[in-house]
Amino acid sequence: MIRVVLPYHLRTLAGVEGEVALSVAGPATQRSVIDALEARYPMLRGTIRDHVTGQRRPMLRFFACMEDLSHEPPDAPLPEAVASGTEPFFVVGAIAGG
Amino acid sequence: MVEMLGVEHFLKLDTEERMSGVRVLVGTRKGAFILTSDGKRERWDISGPHFGGWEMYHLKGSPVDTNRLYASQSSGWFGQIIQRSDDGGKTWHQPGTPPGEPTTMPNGMPKGESNKFVYDTSSETGKPLTTHQWYDGTQHPWEFKRVWHLEPSWSDPDVVYAGVEDAALFRSTDGGKTWHELAGLRGHGSGPKWQPGAGGLGLHTILLDPSNPQRLVVAISAAGAFRSDDAGHTWKPINRGLKSEYLPEPTPEIGFCVHRIAMHGSRPNVLFMQLHQGGGIFRSDNAGELWQEVRGNLPTDFGFPIDVHAHEPETIYVVPIQPYPGRYPPEAKLRVYRSRSGGNDWEPLTNGLPQENCYVNVLREAMAVDTLDSCGIYFGTTGGQVYVSPDSGDNWTAIVRDLPAVLSVEVQTLP
Repeated sequence: MIRVVLPYHLRTLAGVEGEVALSVAGPATQRSVIDALEARYPMLRGTIRDHVTGQRRPMLRFFACMEDLSHEPPDAPLPEAVASGTEPFFVVGAIAGG
Repeated sequence: MVEMLGVEHFLKLDTEERMSGVRVLVGTRKGAFILTSDGKRERWDISGPHFGGWEMYHLKGSPVDTNRLYASQSSGWFGQIIQRSDDGGKTWHQPGTPPGEPTTMPNGMPKGESNKFVYDTSSETGKPLTTHQWYDGTQHPWEFKRVWHLEPSWSDPDVVYAGVEDAALFRSTDGGKTWHELAGLRGHGSGPKWQPGAGGLGLHTILLDPSNPQRLVVAISAAGAFRSDDAGHTWKPINRGLKSEYLPEPTPEIGFCVHRIAMHGSRPNVLFMQLHQGGGIFRSDNAGELWQEVRGNLPTDFGFPIDVHAHEPETIYVVPIQPYPGRYPPEAKLRVYRSRSGGNDWEPLTNGLPQENCYVNVLREAMAVDTLDSCGIYFGTTGGQVYVSPDSGDNWTAIVRDLPAVLSVEVQTLP
């Protein structure tokens, strides 16, 4: 299972607490993980990736294993520790606002 | 078949129907609040924040089903969400993904289309627009940012219109589950000349003629006002008679920073407009074909909201704001101005409003009227106050004083 940590507002929107555990078909990539997340929680469609372009929203970033993966290709394999469920995949909102 | 609502409908509301209470829907920078009271409008129950931390640009109820509410929830981080309530705001869900139901369609595709606003670029429209004018005069891609305004239909609670930024008009006919652009508006031909105001290129005003479902009026900052007489297929600019000090050409076809247009349902051909400074207050007696200025004795020509009394179609309200230096009330006195003659002659309404050291603003969506026998007027401020006058503006009290900055105020008169 892939572990995903969502920011507060997306957890509220999806109605979940804590981490989300996802079963991902095929290789674990940013795209396959977000696809699986949106399939299970369709209310999150458009909140992480733009509906039209599929691009990550500008004020969100993807982290795992202490590294910023935001600019990795969406189909690049995620670290083995994420694929094995040892480490979570983080969706992080920018620290901004007031 | 769309039911036609004529003058009789509004006269009936005026004289026969005894309403028992009101529900005020307040959108703020950090969530939505619902304020309810009986017909006296003295004691209030406050519910919220709903969607705390999210920008709630607008909430509005269906005129044919007071339990059906639509809300625009957005965030710079997470984009646009549409929320719907079928029980008067007690519970909410994203249309198409009600709680407890499967999250996928029978064909395996995930739900979640209610958040999806995609500009129509199909060849069927004939004019697949992709750019508009940017601040520096160059062309800029049309990019969806958020929903500014939601306008439920007069006849069907599942039909609702959305005015969005970058400016376009969308419609849902399935209760907000899916949205489709009425592309004839952007395809009018002037679209590449539309330019955003400082707050963005937003379509903020949607007026549906209750007696003629073919007629819609919209307003866009800073493109101007447009009207359709064929249910939104084709549009024409209706800006003749408006003036502007901020344009090189004073009377162009488009380019006006309309702040708000109001209409009384019994007289849909009469429109009242609050324009940007250098323009002022205007009225049209022919559905926008020609506008005339009615600023009269107002202290400034600038402000955002404008609204019409529920039972007196010639009684209108504005909140003048000093445009410079800080867009706050003139002399730091919060005053609603009322005209009982459709403009030109205005009286300040101050009883119960702060008359010193007041530096709030009242935004374009933040004024509403109820339809109780003694018409109630409501407005919200950027300082977080929501005021009510249960007697047409003569006396005001604050329902709440310390909400986040108020973006929108709508009121439902409950049976």
